[in-house]
Amino acid sequence: MPVHELGIYVFILAAFLGLELIRRVSPLLHTPLMSLTNAISAISVVGAILIAGEENASTFSRVLGFIAVTTATINVVSGYLITDRMLKMFKKQERKP
Amino acid sequence: MPVMVSFSYIAAAVLFVLALKWMSAPATARRGVKAGELGMLLAVAGTLLRHEVVDYEWILAGFALGSAIGIPLAYLMPMTAVPQRTAISHAFGALAAALIGTAEFYKHPQHGFILGALVIEVLLGYLTFTGSLMAFGKLQEILPGRPLVYKGQNIVNLSVFAAAALAGIYLIANPSATWAFPVLSVLALLFGIMLIVPIGGADMPTVIALLNSYAGLAASFMGFALDNYLLVIAGALDGASGLILSIVMCRAMNRSFANVLFGAFGQVRTQGGAAEKRPVRSAEPEEAAEILEAARLVIIVPGYGMAVAQAQYKIRELYDRLTKLGVEVKFAIHPVAGRMPGHMNVLLAEADIPYDRLSELDEINPEFAQADAVLVVGANDVVNPAARTDSSSPIYGMPILDADKARTVMVIKRSMNPGFAGIENELYYMNKTLMLFGDAKAVLSEMNKSLAAQRV
Repeated sequence: MPVHELGIYVFILAAFLGLELIRRVSPLLHTPLMSLTNAISAISVVGAILIAGEENASTFSRVLGFIAVTTATINVVSGYLITDRMLKMFKKQERKP
Repeated sequence: MPVMVSFSYIAAAVLFVLALKWMSAPATARRGVKAGELGMLLAVAGTLLRHEVVDYEWILAGFALGSAIGIPLAYLMPMTAVPQRTAISHAFGALAAALIGTAEFYKHPQHGFILGALVIEVLLGYLTFTGSLMAFGKLQEILPGRPLVYKGQNIVNLSVFAAAALAGIYLIANPSATWAFPVLSVLALLFGIMLIVPIGGADMPTVIALLNSYAGLAASFMGFALDNYLLVIAGALDGASGLILSIVMCRAMNRSFANVLFGAFGQVRTQGGAAEKRPVRSAEPEEAAEILEAARLVIIVPGYGMAVAQAQYKIRELYDRLTKLGVEVKFAIHPVAGRMPGHMNVLLAEADIPYDRLSELDEINPEFAQADAVLVVGANDVVNPAARTDSSSPIYGMPILDADKARTVMVIKRSMNPGFAGIENELYYMNKTLMLFGDAKAVLSEMNKSLAAQRV
């Protein structure tokens, strides 16, 4: 199944890229980093939309899709907002003591 | 898939990578958040345009409800509660992944690679869901924070996980045995709870990072099941991030993953009754203020106690007063200080302390010998010299902040009760150590008051 094989290649390359990128993040920013990646992984909202919006879906499927859209949206919204709120607080020393 | 949709997904993947790249330094980090937001917007817009999506009511209702909960969650949450918020958001993300996997499974018969991906997605999703809820409960102090242990716990836990994995393997081998799906779901939910029961507060930074990684991997496996590379990439980035952070945390404690997950660190040791009372030197805040005023270099070591007492603003005031008096003030941040990676930095930044005053362990350790005074606020194990000298100590080998090398050490502490891990701290009994007993906020207020009084 070449399609699935391709997916695995994509996963491996993305994981290595992620490891290289995250390694460079200053420990100063580890908390906002975690809330940012958490917001990014709420990309599962894509899957949730596909389930909740499907034609002729069963009620079971709709309800699960609805809950998933809701929880993923909570993460998208609160994740990005709180990351920005945190980062706004990080300031350099502006005056000479 | 229409070209527009493919384009939006590809652009989103690029923007997510850029978001993490820009996150590396404070100067560009906010640009990173913008990139992430734009990527998410494109991905959601692209998905809504897909022809499979026909019914919008449930989706819009979910957006509305999610925003109604998410916006207050982001703005009203005090910064001291950030570890809890992070734990609960891992729970939300994992639940979404698990429910999508469940819905996909029951939609039409699955087999082969897709079924395998769904099984892993659901296993990771459900166990991260309950595990993160447990972590949330412990951090929010709804549940007792101390590790709960019983005999044979590790064997029981591993058996539950093995049973869940076996149910998954059986299902992949016999796709018609749909009964195995609820079985593995329930076992995964159960395992998530049992995994966190023996974890104590001091290990929360590692565990939160690990749960972060699992939540990301669950999204990646959803990508495999849905044949969506954007999900695979975003999930892999999140998984990698959680993995790196948990490795950093483990290293900072000189412990292995296995030890964190199965070691039940910080349980109450029942060692022969009452420990002998040893004399310590205690001092009043006024004396401490005098010492600080006379110093050239003061290093402040914050810990979880600072967060509990909400003392960061009083520290900021002290920092201002001392700086004005010409005293150089630096902050020494241990990687595992607090309850999640980077916890202390966020609290001090919230109190407007410039981030170039915050130093990491390797950077600050050589400076302790030159420091006239060290002020430890609510930190304990991270300054315990036993980690260097006492090979029988449970924290032996952990890299610590060398606070004991300073000329004078001052420790703000509620009482002489041993800290979280129940380990005696030799630092408190040293001749150069002054104990300032009391609530951190109250003690710091007194110190600020007396510094203000001396400057007329």
